[in-house]
Amino acid sequence: MANLTIVEAIRAAIVSEMERDEHVMLVGLDIGRLGGVFRTTDGLIEKFGRQRVFDAPLAEASIVGSAIGLAISGMVPVVEMQFLGFTHQAFHQMGAQLGRFRYRSRGRYPLQVTVRAPMGGGTRTPEFHPDALEAQFVQSPAIKIVMPSNPYDAKGLLIEAIRDPDPVLFIEPERLYRKGRSEVPDDAYTVSFGKVRVVRPGQDVTLIAWSAAVELCEEAATQLAEEGISAEVIDLRSLVPLDIEGMVASVVKTQRCVVVQEAPLSAGFGAEVIATLQEEAFYSLEAPIGRVTGYDTPYPPGTMEAWWLPSVGRIVTAVKHVLDG
Amino acid sequence: MKDGIHQILDSDGHLRPGTIPSLDEEFVLEALRRMMISRECDAKFTALNRQGRLGVVSPVEGQEASVIGSAMAFEPQTDWLIPQYRELPAYLIWGFPLAKHILNLMGNPIPGRIPHDVKMLPTQIAIGAQLPHAVGLAWGLQIQGISGIVLAYCGDGATSEGDFHEACNLAGVLKAPIVFFVQNNQWAISTPRSYQSAARYLSDRAPGYGIAGEVVDGNDLLAVYDVTRDAVKRARAGDGPTLIEALTYRMSFHNTSDQPSRYRDAAEVNEQRRLDPLRRVQAYLASRGMWSDERERLFREEAVQYVEAAVNEALQAQPPEPSQIFDHVFAELTPRQRAQRRGLLAAE
Repeated sequence: MANLTIVEAIRAAIVSEMERDEHVMLVGLDIGRLGGVFRTTDGLIEKFGRQRVFDAPLAEASIVGSAIGLAISGMVPVVEMQFLGFTHQAFHQMGAQLGRFRYRSRGRYPLQVTVRAPMGGGTRTPEFHPDALEAQFVQSPAIKIVMPSNPYDAKGLLIEAIRDPDPVLFIEPERLYRKGRSEVPDDAYTVSFGKVRVVRPGQDVTLIAWSAAVELCEEAATQLAEEGISAEVIDLRSLVPLDIEGMVASVVKTQRCVVVQEAPLSAGFGAEVIATLQEEAFYSLEAPIGRVTGYDTPYPPGTMEAWWLPSVGRIVTAVKHVLDG
Repeated sequence: MKDGIHQILDSDGHLRPGTIPSLDEEFVLEALRRMMISRECDAKFTALNRQGRLGVVSPVEGQEASVIGSAMAFEPQTDWLIPQYRELPAYLIWGFPLAKHILNLMGNPIPGRIPHDVKMLPTQIAIGAQLPHAVGLAWGLQIQGISGIVLAYCGDGATSEGDFHEACNLAGVLKAPIVFFVQNNQWAISTPRSYQSAARYLSDRAPGYGIAGEVVDGNDLLAVYDVTRDAVKRARAGDGPTLIEALTYRMSFHNTSDQPSRYRDAAEVNEQRRLDPLRRVQAYLASRGMWSDERERLFREEAVQYVEAAVNEALQAQPPEPSQIFDHVFAELTPRQRAQRRGLLAAE
């Protein structure tokens, strides 16, 4: 066991897979000598060489597009998008190509491709960098979408992603990259997609989140506990596949729910969670399900982001609202 | 010309044999004044970033001749400036107030907005995304018979983006009145120029788009101006776009969150510092009896005061308020957005 940050856990997963299979290779921007802008790939070019840790020309779409060809040739590319917001410039190769190659080739060309990307605000990055775009990719139905919130899951889910025969968009919680450490096994292990994690058990209300918002829900649950409210925190871990049973089990127990997402409100993944719970757990609900989200505006400049982002205070208020309902 | 690269001043600031610069000395002095202000902005803003008072800063250091020599070849009253994000001196040439730039770096965008009479687009963070906009602008001017042409900047990294190729291609088809000015500073964060393209020069691509291409010593103010002026004439005459590649060097970091010592050898940087475009212009002016230690001191003091005054002005601006998150999302907010704004204001 080692006490790792999320960045270190991700690096450990990459090293483990590159050592296991010489076909695993990295493609991205500044992942070589710089070690990535977050140092996630620090030391890897020295260990594996430029052919397997490739600093590409500055073209997000061709990085993803060439990963498709690499996979068809027999390689196992693990792509780094510098920020999820930069996938705006790769979108036609993501949704329309990566997300339907198996389908359009009738199974002839499955794509074992992982696209890693840090996501989220709260660190005062420039425009586009913090955009929470996960729901856009959910609408590209043949990409798996995995969003870990802690070091243990980050390593296990990333190894699972690299080994998965289908494309996986692996979205990393930038704000939590170095915030805190936890015990991570030294050996390779996998965490299955499509299984929620009960972060904290509770009785009165379920808080559902993914990525960095899980941490906010944990803090909110701690505050609520001081007021005698017992909140259960559920980390979805993957949006595609979605663990419907896991969500429903919690909501059937607590009968109340608040969903927290960092993306803007309208048509965010929270809406999908709520619609699903409405279909599967309607008769267990004692109140309408609440949502805490970003607003329906472009992400604001850094000085204003704290007003825009979901906060512990907004979660606590939303919980009290559904408890009153 | 030296190996196909336009050059007028050699690295010591001497006129190359047989060259006659078109810039008169007063104009060169004005350019140098702007170069020294730019250098002071880099130092001041980096210090303010380190104190947590400014957001991410991308210094111009080393590229002053490239930006200023090109921008000064245009007419800001009629022409349009389309920046990437490392062209602050061009903003100032266009009349964008420095205090407003600082407000944007502070994350206070409402008072930092571009004044109505300044023909420039906002700083563009998405690499190369501004280039198709620039072509569209030039196209619109052309269709409507509006006098004015377009200056579009990008870096060497941006030339690898699809948007760059698509923009150059469209501009060629349209014979659009535009100058693409590539500041090849040799580094896209940690990625060296040799990783971006196997082409000898980035401007070698111009014939493939059917447009003019030029490569110029980007640390030579006089040559940058002359090459750009020729491209400007071509655009104004309706003879189509030019792709200019200015060979320069990013002497500092990519931005204040970067750590170049991880990927770039100090020897290379020191070698490039010898080619500092400011010193080259100063040496040129000194050889003509127009530069002295006293004058340098005066110019530096003036630059410090100018930047200091702009910082103070920016600090006095009203800080942002929560409701501004919803300003300028649409001409008129949707009912749902209005409800969200009410919710935010009730909570804050």
